[in-house]
Amino acid sequence: MKTMTIARAINEGLRATLASDPKSFIMGEDIGALGGVYRVTEGLAAEFGGHRVMDTPLAESGIIGTAIGMALRGHRPICEIQFDGFVFPGFNQITTQLAKIHTRSDGQLSAPVVIRIPYGGGIGSIEHHSESPEALFAHTAGLRIITPSNANDAYWMIQQAVACKDPVIVFEPKRRYWLKGEVDTENSPGDPFKAHVLREGTDATIVAYGPLVPVALAAANAAAEDGHSVEVIDLRSISPIDFDTVEASVNKTGRLVVAHEAPIFGGIGGEIASRMSERCFYSLEAPAIRVGGFHMPYPVARVEEHYLPDIDRMLEALDRAFAY
Amino acid sequence: MNTSGHGTSGVGASRPDAGTSAGVLRANVVGETDMVQLLDAHGKRHEEATFGPYIDALDAQTVRGFYRDMATVRRFDTEATALQRQGELALWVPVVGQEAAQIGSGSAMRSADYAFPTYREHGVALTRGLDLADLLKLFRGISNGGWDPREKNFHLYTLVLAAQTLHAVGYAMGIQRDLIAEPATEPAAVMAYFGDGASSEGDVHESMVFAASYNAPVVFFCQNNNWAISVPFEVQSKIPLVNRAGGYGIPGIRVDGNDVLAVYAVTKWALDYARDGHGPVLIEASTYRVGAHTTADDPTKYRPNAEEEAWKAKDPLERMERYLRAEGLADDAFFEQVKNDDDELAAHVRSATLALGGADIRQKFATVYAEAHPLVAEELAWFENYQASFADAETPQGGAA
Repeated sequence: MKTMTIARAINEGLRATLASDPKSFIMGEDIGALGGVYRVTEGLAAEFGGHRVMDTPLAESGIIGTAIGMALRGHRPICEIQFDGFVFPGFNQITTQLAKIHTRSDGQLSAPVVIRIPYGGGIGSIEHHSESPEALFAHTAGLRIITPSNANDAYWMIQQAVACKDPVIVFEPKRRYWLKGEVDTENSPGDPFKAHVLREGTDATIVAYGPLVPVALAAANAAAEDGHSVEVIDLRSISPIDFDTVEASVNKTGRLVVAHEAPIFGGIGGEIASRMSERCFYSLEAPAIRVGGFHMPYPVARVEEHYLPDIDRMLEALDRAFAY
Repeated sequence: MNTSGHGTSGVGASRPDAGTSAGVLRANVVGETDMVQLLDAHGKRHEEATFGPYIDALDAQTVRGFYRDMATVRRFDTEATALQRQGELALWVPVVGQEAAQIGSGSAMRSADYAFPTYREHGVALTRGLDLADLLKLFRGISNGGWDPREKNFHLYTLVLAAQTLHAVGYAMGIQRDLIAEPATEPAAVMAYFGDGASSEGDVHESMVFAASYNAPVVFFCQNNNWAISVPFEVQSKIPLVNRAGGYGIPGIRVDGNDVLAVYAVTKWALDYARDGHGPVLIEASTYRVGAHTTADDPTKYRPNAEEEAWKAKDPLERMERYLRAEGLADDAFFEQVKNDDDELAAHVRSATLALGGADIRQKFATVYAEAHPLVAEELAWFENYQASFADAETPQGGAA
């Protein structure tokens, strides 16, 4: 076991991938000498060379589009998009091309491109630097989307993403890059597309992922002081979603709160709530309640604290669920 | 570093002299009529120092083959158009008028080279050795592809304009990596096809930036057919597109796209240049889409008849036939044989298309992801149960399941 930050864990995961898979390489803006704006790729260019850690022209469609071509040739590109809000120039290549190659070729071709996107708010930045666009990609069949919430998952998930035959987007919770945790570099946590029950409980379930997982755990601790036993699930995978793990939990607790930073409307929370209403109708003691962002562009930093779900927002949602 | 207003003399030449005067800039703009041509509209061969030798090196059979392939794809096009009109295809994308640009460029490729087509490269597909009937699976609506791109190094058609130009550059960068990792890798280059309409898309720009930055072995082959559906070329660019090459620091060649010999020669030059490690080349083939953009539009609504007639006079097949006859390279028997063979091919395409039948949505469930996916599995299971419910309902009456 080693203790490291999430950023460091991804760095180590990338290092392990580059060392073990000669076809793998990283491409993106400012990832070489600078080591990425968040220093996630720090030291990798010096260790593996510019050929394996490639600074690209400043062009997101170009990054994704050329990565597709290189994957078609048998290489394993790992693309870094600098910030969530800058993925949109590459959106066309991701959704109309990358996601569809396997099905368009009747299963003959695949483009196992990995796209790393730092996402989410809470860093006091300016516009386009704090968005949570995961639902836009999750709606597109052909993509897989995972998001680590802790260092151990961060270390393993990036490697598992590269090993996957499908394109995988790894949304990295940027405000948790400096969150430390233990990493077991010997034993993988298993299937990256499975949810983890992080805290057992009997009265209600909170489902969260990425940056809100620590918030959900803190809310569950606070609820325990009020005598409520709250189970916390780290979803880990946004596409596919491990509905079975959520279902088992909801059947046990009878109450569900789903939390994410992205706007509630049309978001992942609605998908989970709807599925659980179908699967657990007779177990539910209350309607599934969603906690998330408002229907507005991510607000300016001076008011983002009112936008981001915090412990109190989750406790308020739990209160509403317990009121039934 | 384009051909700079002096025919072909600028190919491979150094950057134009530094200078900012309008005169210097104008001098480096390729003019409307300035392009490589080896065979004029009358079918008369012209000598040309840089590209002529590529044709001189060919045997008569190969030169006749250019005509044969152009005639084949034209006949194929006629048959596919008829199939669309008869309701057998959802849509067809005619290629008539552009046969020389496609047969010439496709024939210049080696088998290890890889082509990324748009959705109109039926002629290139022929030169790669595809069964043309496979192209119709997409247009019949039974597949989004229709062939294994790796068999003939001919990628799937791409309907999102210009997206494939980036894939082409990435593939070329992959070739570079393979050569570094395994020097025994066969050197290869990539052809990136796009049209004048697509040239306005940002992906074309980004692909040229990437290709130039990494010296990728890719040849950008723009078929400027003068119309982006109903919008004339002037809306895409004020000057020939080849002039953009200089902005990326790569060679540009403008070629008469209705002259199969010239297209073959400049493409061969460009592919050799790219394969030899010198980096990308932009070729602009000046040609004309004689028919509609697709069977869904009507050119009489947007372009003058006189323009079409003027371009028909530059027909690539008639030009080549005159040349072959004048040079004694082909006789009546040859042309008769081509016609008979093409009728046979058309019959094959027709029967193969009609035999394609429908599609099974289960195959679509199976190919969304390369690895197992629980949501797809769940929805497929639901679908199978739903389908089975109809069979159960009919079975007691002894009806067809």
